[in-house]
Amino acid sequence: MATQNVMTHGVDMAALARDNEVTQNDEHDTCLQVKSLDLYYGDKRALKDISFDIPRGRVTAFIGPSGCGKSTLLRCFNRMNDLVANVRIEGDILLDGLDINSREVNVVELRRRVGMVFQKPNPFPKSIFENVAYGLRIQGVKNRSVIEDAVEKALKQSALWEEVKDRLHDNALGLSGGQQQRLVIARAVAIEPEVLLLDEPASALDPISTLKIEELIFELKERYTIVIVTHNMQQAARVSDYTAFMYMGELVEFDHTKKLFTNPRKKQTEDYITGRYG
Amino acid sequence: MLRNLKNWFNGGTPWIWLNAGAVSISIIMVVGLLLLIAVRGLGHFWPAEIIEANYLNDDGSAKRLMGEVQTSETVTARYLRTAGVDLGENAQEEYHRYLIKVGNRDVGGQDFRWVMGHRLTNQHSPVDAVVIERREWGDMYGYLKAINHNNTQITDEQRLWPMMQELLQDSLNIHEQIRNIEKHDIGAINHQIERLRLEQRRLELDSEFDEKEKARLQVERDTLQQQYQLQQVKLTTLYTQFRQGDVSVQLADGQMINVSLANIVRAYKPNAMSVLQKTGFYFSKIWEFVSDEPREANTEGGIFPAIFGTVMMVILMTVFVTPFGVIAAVYLREYAKQGALTRMVRIAVNNLAGVPSIVYGVFGLGFFVYFLGGNIDQLFFEEALPSPTMGTPGILWASLTLALLTVPVVIVATEEGLARIPRSIHEGSLALGATKSETLWRTLLPMASPAMMTGLILAVARAAGEVAPLMLVGVVKLAPSLPLDENFPFLHLDRKFMHLGFHIFDVGFQSPNVEAARPLVYATAFLLVLVIAALNITAIMIRNRLREKYRALEG
Repeated sequence: MATQNVMTHGVDMAALARDNEVTQNDEHDTCLQVKSLDLYYGDKRALKDISFDIPRGRVTAFIGPSGCGKSTLLRCFNRMNDLVANVRIEGDILLDGLDINSREVNVVELRRRVGMVFQKPNPFPKSIFENVAYGLRIQGVKNRSVIEDAVEKALKQSALWEEVKDRLHDNALGLSGGQQQRLVIARAVAIEPEVLLLDEPASALDPISTLKIEELIFELKERYTIVIVTHNMQQAARVSDYTAFMYMGELVEFDHTKKLFTNPRKKQTEDYITGRYG
Repeated sequence: MLRNLKNWFNGGTPWIWLNAGAVSISIIMVVGLLLLIAVRGLGHFWPAEIIEANYLNDDGSAKRLMGEVQTSETVTARYLRTAGVDLGENAQEEYHRYLIKVGNRDVGGQDFRWVMGHRLTNQHSPVDAVVIERREWGDMYGYLKAINHNNTQITDEQRLWPMMQELLQDSLNIHEQIRNIEKHDIGAINHQIERLRLEQRRLELDSEFDEKEKARLQVERDTLQQQYQLQQVKLTTLYTQFRQGDVSVQLADGQMINVSLANIVRAYKPNAMSVLQKTGFYFSKIWEFVSDEPREANTEGGIFPAIFGTVMMVILMTVFVTPFGVIAAVYLREYAKQGALTRMVRIAVNNLAGVPSIVYGVFGLGFFVYFLGGNIDQLFFEEALPSPTMGTPGILWASLTLALLTVPVVIVATEEGLARIPRSIHEGSLALGATKSETLWRTLLPMASPAMMTGLILAVARAAGEVAPLMLVGVVKLAPSLPLDENFPFLHLDRKFMHLGFHIFDVGFQSPNVEAARPLVYATAFLLVLVIAALNITAIMIRNRLREKYRALEG
């Protein structure tokens, strides 16, 4: 299995490199700006002075060994860390210049703009249709045809429509793991967020489902700014435009994916991506 | 050998046997208990054979006896001597004695009699023996000798029995009509008159009772009075018809007794019945038991009001306990800051479940009935004072008391249900921009609903079997009317009600006629078990449907 992955990785790398060359040339405006961010769980400092800009309309990957703080950082962007007790955040995160941690920001509104998909597929125990319609319904959309259109659109965007169009009203839990994960993505894109946070979206899936998710990310990046956390360096190389390498709560290196994987500036990064540790 | 035994122990086999044994014993005991109460209770309705025999009394005089053998037992001579029975010189070691239901309480003073087996002679089962179930004085055993109807006397043996059945049917029909008029038509009129009285009193209290109102009320009252007179006339005619005719019955000892047809519920000849007839009779008796009202200090007739009261009280309790329990659990689990205080609250809730139920009864009487009810009376039912409306035990207070008793179970079960929902579902909903309450309503509560139902099932099981607190807050031996009827506002939460559990206690231990009541205790107990089982099965079916719907919790 591992060798197979590396093989695909090898093939994709070439294409990716060409892709990146094009993107590197044009300038992107910043979507999310992180300014000297520190995060404490009680006394423990989990994120240390992190600063970088996430460009709009691109895929940014966070890589790094377990416990390095990638997921924690990701969860800062839609303030999921609010749910954890004893968390203290210092520094700023700006979404289009808006300080998302300020008191004026409505966290519900923020989460509508910044969607999130979790590591394990977590569909609600409702029908496929109701899962995708969930976000619209809580926004108060009542019009049935509006909801139907949005559900269809979201399912098409997440490449699930063909597989489920005849059983929209079956329980979502009857889907396979990979389908469930794409359903969860459809659920997130149905409310048309600006940013999509993916927290190791393929780590619980088999290789074929993983491939499908990666293809999906490729298509989605045209519409959304995507931030993805992954353990899998090949995956980061395949799907992302930019990559951030994190280690022990620090941002070690942030650069174009191609550059980071082929010519890392830091020794630590090189050691990690060549598999010397992590 | 020893090694083998050690292996056997280490392999865990003894524990499997021990567990299996414990489970088997429990099952056998439960099934045995159910069988016992079912057989003892349901057997009561089967028409027993009537025996007739000569019996030698203690003082040497002979007497003819007639009745049903209820039980027999073997007792030692010593025991009998201690009890004051004269056995003479050459006594046997042991004697048989029988409990015979001799009936005819109006003549002999008691329904049941212990007789010594060896003093019975010439025992046989006369085919003509008749059992007459009466509205008063219990059963009568004897021979039908004559019918007096419309001033003619019929003694022709061939025609006597069919004729009696016919007349009895007529009389029962009339009785049914009378009951209908008294209960429904006159009941409704009385209800209206009472309403007018309260309205007048209300107006007087508000000092708005002027001539105009007085005239209006008078007109209404007159109409009701007219209606009442009309019904009264109907009743009088029915009663005259009803009281016509009686039958003469010869008892075993030769006495002739006249019984009015109006006083007879049922007459049958058990010794002449075929098995098929007995079966039909059996089911009609069972139907009477579950659908009719009690007679004769609850030792005869049915227990329908008690079934109705039990079910209604449990349903009301469910209606009260569900929102309270669920809201409390949601608050404790989702909103309250977890800390020393919530821990204290949880401990308190768990301890509430352990408080003896009679304590709840006392609390219910003091707080609900006297404090709440008393104040409600002062505020809203002033016109009815000094007689209390809500300030007296009733079904509302009883169900509230039981709701208080069972709320810990619902809280604990709901909390556990909420705790079992994976965090990812929670986060998934929040990440879509749902607020906490939207997440609760749309996702968490539906997913926790099977657990809530489990809590409710436990609550129902406990509440339906609870008697002690109810005796203080609303249960009575005999309720004149059901808490639900056709008079506005239909649901009378202030009324007292009957309850199967209390009925068992009352019939079994407060009844003047213990021997007659004993089989009814078993039958009522059996029915109580059935009612609770039915309530539980309904709840379990609902829960299983919910579980099927929200089976997300695996993994």
